[in-house]
Amino acid sequence: MSGTELFAGGPPAVHAIALITVVFVEAIVLYVGYGVIEDAIAPAVFGRLRQ
Amino acid sequence: MVELLGLTAGLFALFVSFGFMVGVFFGFFGMGGAFLVTPALLILGYPAPVAIGSTMTFVFGTAIIATLKHHDAGQVDYRLGALMFVGITLGIELGSRLVFGLEVLGIANLVVSVAYVLLLAAIGLLFTKNALEADSDEKTESAEATENADSDDDVPAIARRIKSYNIPPMMRLADGSTASLWTISGVGGGVGVVSGFLGVGGGFVRMPAIYYVIGTPLAVAVGTSLLGGLLSGGVGAFTYGRAGVIDLGIVTALLIGSALGARIGSSATAYVNEADVTIYFGLMLLLASVAVGLSELADWLARPILDQLSFVLLIGSSLLVCSMILYHGALAVRRGAGDPTEADK
Repeated sequence: MSGTELFAGGPPAVHAIALITVVFVEAIVLYVGYGVIEDAIAPAVFGRLRQ
Repeated sequence: MVELLGLTAGLFALFVSFGFMVGVFFGFFGMGGAFLVTPALLILGYPAPVAIGSTMTFVFGTAIIATLKHHDAGQVDYRLGALMFVGITLGIELGSRLVFGLEVLGIANLVVSVAYVLLLAAIGLLFTKNALEADSDEKTESAEATENADSDDDVPAIARRIKSYNIPPMMRLADGSTASLWTISGVGGGVGVVSGFLGVGGGFVRMPAIYYVIGTPLAVAVGTSLLGGLLSGGVGAFTYGRAGVIDLGIVTALLIGSALGARIGSSATAYVNEADVTIYFGLMLLLASVAVGLSELADWLARPILDQLSFVLLIGSSLLVCSMILYHGALAVRRGAGDPTEADK
């Protein structure tokens, strides 16, 4: 199951909007999540690179 | 066997890694999504509508992340992007009608294939030539350059010349310079025609067109091109989503990798010397033109081996450019060119 099946059955336009919304939310969550990780580890990584 | 979102663990890891490479590329150059992902999915055996629809949706998601990152660095011209989008939409319609017209004449495939190969080669040559010239200028005129340094130095000579023709109405760009609305509409329409005609996302035309014709600094051209990718990717995702052919598992796996890659690629534009990487980009486009040519030959000669060779060439050259971005980024950090996390703030 890829997740797409969750939207099956509704009108095509609703299906498409639901899918775009899921991808939008995924993108924002990943952006924020990686941002937190970057803030936490970037100084150490750049410090190592400079050495 | 363990499955994640309908994919085997191995395939999931492959998509995450591949997404990372495409993300670095996308964040740094503002292009490369559909260009790389669609052929990869086709080679893996996905039907064309699933490959194209999933790629469009992936481009939409990655463009959100890369645009946000460029937004943080003040490298997105929203007004320019919105105006261009209007031209692009109309141009796509015109381009697709042109293809239907050629189809009636029975020469659509031949003309589209040849145009694609020539366009990739021409843009590749333009970037390679300019990078080589910039490199030699840097070596011979470094003293003069520091004396005459101003914000216009970020804009190519050809764009400065186009900008010197003030045909009203004029529009103020985010960097404070102005450009004629006719130029912006023309570029948007032209990019749209190419997208509609070739059936591609158009990032490889959009970013150079903003840089060389409208005349924004390269980083702003990349950021604004990404905004264009976000808008056109959204429209594409909606269109293919209505047809129910998008595989959310593929999109999610690719996004997990590309979200990290796009952050790194976008940050790299703030501190990597453009000339260091632009030459690789030009060479990659030249290799891509050979790859597309081989792929077309594979169809005409019914030789699938040429298709595989084309794929290896495309992925190999992209991997090389991606490595170069990361290498030059690490080198810039070692030289103390700046911490990207600081540059963004």
